[in-house]
Amino acid sequence: MADTTHDHAHGHDDQHDHKPGFVTRWFFSTNHKDIGTLYLIFAVVGGLVGGVLSEIMRAQLQFPNNHIVTDGQQWNTIITTHGLLMIFFSVMPALIGGFGNWFIPLMIGAPDMAFPRLNNISFWLLPPAFLLICIGLFMGESGSGWTLYPPLSNATYESGMGMDCTLFALHLAGASSLLGAMNFITTIFNMRAPGMTMHKLPLFIWAELVTAWLLVLAVPVLAGAITMLICDRNFGTAFFDPQGGGDPVLFQHLFWFFGHPEVYIMILPGFGIVSHVISTFSKKPIFGYLGMVYAMVGIGVIGFVVWAHHMYLSGMDVDTRAYFMGATMVIAVPTGVKVFSWIATMWGGSIEFKTPMLWAIGFLFVFTIGGVTGVVCANAGIDEVIHNTYYIVAHFHYVLSLGAVFSIFCGFYYWIGKMSGRQYPEFWGKVHFWLFFIGVNLTFFPQHFLGLAGMPRRYPDYPDAFAGWNYVSSVGAYISGISTLVFLYVCFKIFTSKVPVADNYWGEGATTLEWTQTSPPPFHTYAELPRIL
Amino acid sequence: MERRTSNRVTGVVVAAIVVGMVGMSFAAIPLYRAFCQATGYGGTPKIGLAAAPGGNGQTIRVRFDANIDPGLPWTFRPDQRDMTVTLGEDHLAAYSAHNNVNRPMTGVALYNVTPEKIGKYFHKTACFCFNQQVLEPGQDMSFPLSFWIDPEIARDPNTANVHDIVLSYTFYEKLDDAAKSGALAKAGPHVGPAATTN
Repeated sequence: MADTTHDHAHGHDDQHDHKPGFVTRWFFSTNHKDIGTLYLIFAVVGGLVGGVLSEIMRAQLQFPNNHIVTDGQQWNTIITTHGLLMIFFSVMPALIGGFGNWFIPLMIGAPDMAFPRLNNISFWLLPPAFLLICIGLFMGESGSGWTLYPPLSNATYESGMGMDCTLFALHLAGASSLLGAMNFITTIFNMRAPGMTMHKLPLFIWAELVTAWLLVLAVPVLAGAITMLICDRNFGTAFFDPQGGGDPVLFQHLFWFFGHPEVYIMILPGFGIVSHVISTFSKKPIFGYLGMVYAMVGIGVIGFVVWAHHMYLSGMDVDTRAYFMGATMVIAVPTGVKVFSWIATMWGGSIEFKTPMLWAIGFLFVFTIGGVTGVVCANAGIDEVIHNTYYIVAHFHYVLSLGAVFSIFCGFYYWIGKMSGRQYPEFWGKVHFWLFFIGVNLTFFPQHFLGLAGMPRRYPDYPDAFAGWNYVSSVGAYISGISTLVFLYVCFKIFTSKVPVADNYWGEGATTLEWTQTSPPPFHTYAELPRIL
Repeated sequence: MERRTSNRVTGVVVAAIVVGMVGMSFAAIPLYRAFCQATGYGGTPKIGLAAAPGGNGQTIRVRFDANIDPGLPWTFRPDQRDMTVTLGEDHLAAYSAHNNVNRPMTGVALYNVTPEKIGKYFHKTACFCFNQQVLEPGQDMSFPLSFWIDPEIARDPNTANVHDIVLSYTFYEKLDDAAKSGALAKAGPHVGPAATTN
């Protein structure tokens, strides 16, 4: 039922449109912009908690024989929770729930999402999931690693209830993503403004569409695997228990059938954001639009047939490994198409180095490094040496912790004026960028050396031989931590600013539909549908 | 309204795909098992070839290893350190056990073959594993086993470079002890007379 409470204390803005009261507006919200805002706030909270955990880990690893984390189980729980929080409670809510909800309707000219009430449930499943993850953390009983492999996660080695809480949290987070994905697909297929054909869709919308399809096809497999794991733990089944005829390697197959598309789920929306930012600040349309679209579709499709490259050492034969190695390397082709198209977009453009553009170029830099080491890791022969070492940690942090997070900040600085109606402080935005860029590179680049030298991941300690680069890495982590404080200061400055911004404050380079709306957009947009020529 | 209907149709189709994918993840279990049995993938030994096809002259060395769980006061050793085996021919080997205490003791043996990837070419026609063996105080007992190795091992590019195989047996007092040490998960399958597990 449409809520008819008109709260004038909250309801007076330039548009004279009426917003419902606080509780109705934020707790029972069906408005895509408000739900997007909730997702973004949630992602910041998730990211801060996950970030605190990573600072604890780097403090523990700063020197050999440190005892900040008192025992191995506690350490295992911290790495598990850090991974799960960053993936499910920070990157995904920001890129998919946050920017997706905010800008899909605005960019395709739709008044709202297709199923607004589904959208509400999809967000409100996340806070209880977050609570359950935290229970797992504080009980110290979910130390399986984010990959949840049995036997590490079975009733023998993680007998406590905390592990069940973590598994159930993933069920809730998965259901939330699935509902969101259904909503996105329906909205993008059915609610585009007249004249907006699929080949005129902004790249961010294409990115969210491919992401939503990946979610729909991958997350149910995780849900199935987790359900089997919960049954193995609590109800005496033996899906993954060899004593009852099961096979733990089957869990790895199911998990990575989800897990590999999952990494593209985290990076594809970032591709979309970066495309818009580079095009805006180069004052040129994106180079090779159709190539960009089908590169994303290609990455999404190939992403489903490469999963076993995470399991080269699980006893696969040489031919199987050769296939997965070849298929994995093929992904470098569409990814290369995208990187070259971004560079070609900048080529000859009238480039302006505003904060969002710095984040976009930073994204290109770190994502390309992560992509190159990805091709190294894809080699089954090399992987025998670097599997489960810090080289892998460095690789996936370069594409995710750096790549995906850079794209989140890129989108934040690009759109915060549109979302809040207040502009960010340019100086502090640039300070944030440079501190973060230096910090994360200092953290993760030395981890390549550590991995090649043989330092295994997931241990709370190491031999003295690895001390030097671990110290550098920890210093980098502290610098990134400080940059996060700068980010919070930037947020404070934005929300205390009194200076309103124009509808299209980036000027001629910003050409998508959201820039035709006021900043912030009225509570209800597109009462009259725009026509695209 | 037209839009409402088409939204519902799309939503229901996508929801059906979600349900279908959950179903697929459960269907993966029987499919995976069938796949492993058909291909020997993941070290699943192929069972059924009962008789050796006859030698082709190529040989491989088999080494024998014996272990005892600390909870079982027995002495256990192979009668031969190693053996040069002709591919495709049946061979006989034996282990000996001795009960060191003055009360009857029951033991159960498990075995495995290393490297694991040759598991599908290593066929045993008779062995003493998984059966409860009772030794009276001070009794000696010989445990024979017969096996043959598929000549295919020399043609498979994954295993052509294997020239040494280790066959390892471990005696436990109970299968539960084996399960706790993780050995049961890695053990090869039972062959020969019906197993008596406890």
